[in-house]
Amino acid sequence: MAVNEKDGKLVIKAVQAAVDHYGASQDELIPILNEVNREVGYLPSEAFDEISRLLRVPRSRLFSVASFYRMLSTKPRGKHVIQFCESAPCHVVGGREVWQAIKDFLKIEEDETTSDGKWTLVTTSCLGLCSVGPVMVVDDDIYGNVDPAQVPTILEKYR
Amino acid sequence: MKFYRSHVLVCVDPECLNKGAHDVMDALQDELVAQGLIEEVQVLETSRIGGCDQGPELMVYPEGVHYSNLTPDDMAFLVEEHFLKGRVAQKFVTEEKVFTDEELSAPTAKEIRVVLRNCGKIDPENIEDYIAEDGYQALGKVLFESTPEQVIDEVLKSGLRGRGGAGFPTGKKWQFARASQGSPKYVICNADEGDPGAFMNRRVLEGDPHSVIEGMIIAAYAIGSSQGYIYCRAEYPIAVKTLRIAIEQARNMGLLGKNILGSEFSFNLEVRMGAGAFVCGEETALMASIEGQRGEPRPRPPFPAVKGLFAKPSNINNVETYANIPQIIFRGAEWYAGMGTEKSKGTKTFALAGDVKHTGLIEIPFGLTLREIVYDVGGGIKDDKKFKAIQTGGPMGGCLPEGYLDLPVDYEALTQAGSMMGSGGLVIMDEETCMVDIARFFMDFTQDESCGKCTPCRVGTRRILEILERICAGKGQPDDLDTLDYLCAQIKENSLCGLGQGAPTPVISTLKHFRDEYEAHIVEKRCPSKVCKALIRYEIIDGVCTGCTVCARNCPVNAISGERRTTHVIDPDVCIRCGICMQVCNFNAIVIN
Repeated sequence: MAVNEKDGKLVIKAVQAAVDHYGASQDELIPILNEVNREVGYLPSEAFDEISRLLRVPRSRLFSVASFYRMLSTKPRGKHVIQFCESAPCHVVGGREVWQAIKDFLKIEEDETTSDGKWTLVTTSCLGLCSVGPVMVVDDDIYGNVDPAQVPTILEKYR
Repeated sequence: MKFYRSHVLVCVDPECLNKGAHDVMDALQDELVAQGLIEEVQVLETSRIGGCDQGPELMVYPEGVHYSNLTPDDMAFLVEEHFLKGRVAQKFVTEEKVFTDEELSAPTAKEIRVVLRNCGKIDPENIEDYIAEDGYQALGKVLFESTPEQVIDEVLKSGLRGRGGAGFPTGKKWQFARASQGSPKYVICNADEGDPGAFMNRRVLEGDPHSVIEGMIIAAYAIGSSQGYIYCRAEYPIAVKTLRIAIEQARNMGLLGKNILGSEFSFNLEVRMGAGAFVCGEETALMASIEGQRGEPRPRPPFPAVKGLFAKPSNINNVETYANIPQIIFRGAEWYAGMGTEKSKGTKTFALAGDVKHTGLIEIPFGLTLREIVYDVGGGIKDDKKFKAIQTGGPMGGCLPEGYLDLPVDYEALTQAGSMMGSGGLVIMDEETCMVDIARFFMDFTQDESCGKCTPCRVGTRRILEILERICAGKGQPDDLDTLDYLCAQIKENSLCGLGQGAPTPVISTLKHFRDEYEAHIVEKRCPSKVCKALIRYEIIDGVCTGCTVCARNCPVNAISGERRTTHVIDPDVCIRCGICMQVCNFNAIVIN
């Protein structure tokens, strides 16, 4: 899915800012991809074109690296991204029930985006906050000790 | 740097500010000036002292006295009592200091805090706090009183072993890197703590980053390196931020960069963030990631000490390994080697998680038994349920049942028992855990994180996962267990890196210690712990059920039928095992079979 023209300019700007920040070197590829992903929300095709041009790296290599790492997305994401910790320590203290509650509330499965483009639901690796599990991250906000009843209240805050 | 005889920390959290914390602080400073004490007593702002409803409040150090419910008018009395007469002003003292740190409580009796000593006590964004706690003394000693060889000797004598999981003697690793030909040499810190349930490294990076930085500078001096990287996972954004601030402050003080502390030695340090890949905790995959590539492991030999980052000699150690170094140098190798067991010296941090009363971080000398860890340090099983198993070493570690509780914890003992030390995650499981579900759960994780490069891991873990999922779904077949035994052995022996080699371990250990549970799932289609949804049935007990219809009305799939005042019945083919009926029943008439 190609971004429209206005967004295209945004993407180019984000790429150029990232390359200016880190330098046009192949070693800096992952920091650059991270920053663009953060700015734009994901890594569209236009981003790969521009990075390929500036770093003189083939697109296939960019795609190979981007698709390897979980926190980089080549698919568009919703306005808000929910990351849910799927690891054992959260799982054994009630994480399974919270996960089900989120899926039921939003009516989507893992890696899906709601039809109104508002929410994307993904799992994340252990965030190291196991003492306060189950843990849920919405954009940059971290929620600990989550129970299923709290899910609607937490998500309502992002209307 | 100015030295004060006393520090006063005033809490300026929003709750305290609302109650006039700044007025109290101003009054305190005015009083100190009036009494001629302002050059001796420093007043600072801080946060998270205590229970929020007791503000305004402050702490006085070095005594550690906590005064609360203060007003500006109280300051004259407080200053006179505490600072002039040297007495605790009792009327402002709360009974008990409430600890609000959910991850790191005050040390229990059996703990010795070396790596965690500063966490929660110093401001990680202020290098002077670290220096006040003997920070960078070791570096000074090393740069001006020791040769690189002497430093390596000291580390060898201490018996320090890599804390990332493999437990390779650190001194030896440094020796290899020093001896290797090639330039430049690199010092790398593995801060990609990916084991679910392990957050010790995270806490050290966020709470005491300089201990790691100092350790890395010392390592660089020892092996002859001038460039270092800390590879920190992207899931730890606060750690990344704290590290960057700490590095900046160290640089400003001449502790990093050219001619450190005026010596001939120069060293630069940079933070690199990961992007979400568990396998990047494996050292060769980590280096590939720094080079801007897919995080795929490489065969070893050659080892990183010979040919590592950018094909140059590199020393790569875990966060905790580096964090031990300043203390070892400062207090001496003999002190460190005096703790622990014969082959595992020193202390280790662990993260207790799961069904235990006190979850969180602990640090103990090697040699304590699992029983002591679970019951003495951890406080026992939550809700006083029965202990079933403990998993050590993360998702590639084994599950050990009750019979192993008296095992003393050290590298050799855990490996012999069929598990491993790993990074130090300990997941404790009670009687309501299904061990087949746990094995499936961990295999799901490792399968997802497999990089895909080698066939045994890429294909093998998927096949194992499929079998385990079938078993949990009630579709197990008689020869499944033999197939699992065979697959596990093959994958363990033939995988390229530690992820694949370790992925079968949870399955192997649960097959060994809990084989009867697997058999119940396969032969009887029964889950003894009543966890696997496909194998449990919610049933209403005839004779207890009053026919009140509450359950039927609440069932989201209309699986319950029955007339008013007659025993209701749940249709197992419609039931989705959500458990709502059991929750809403007021008569405890619903059980799981």
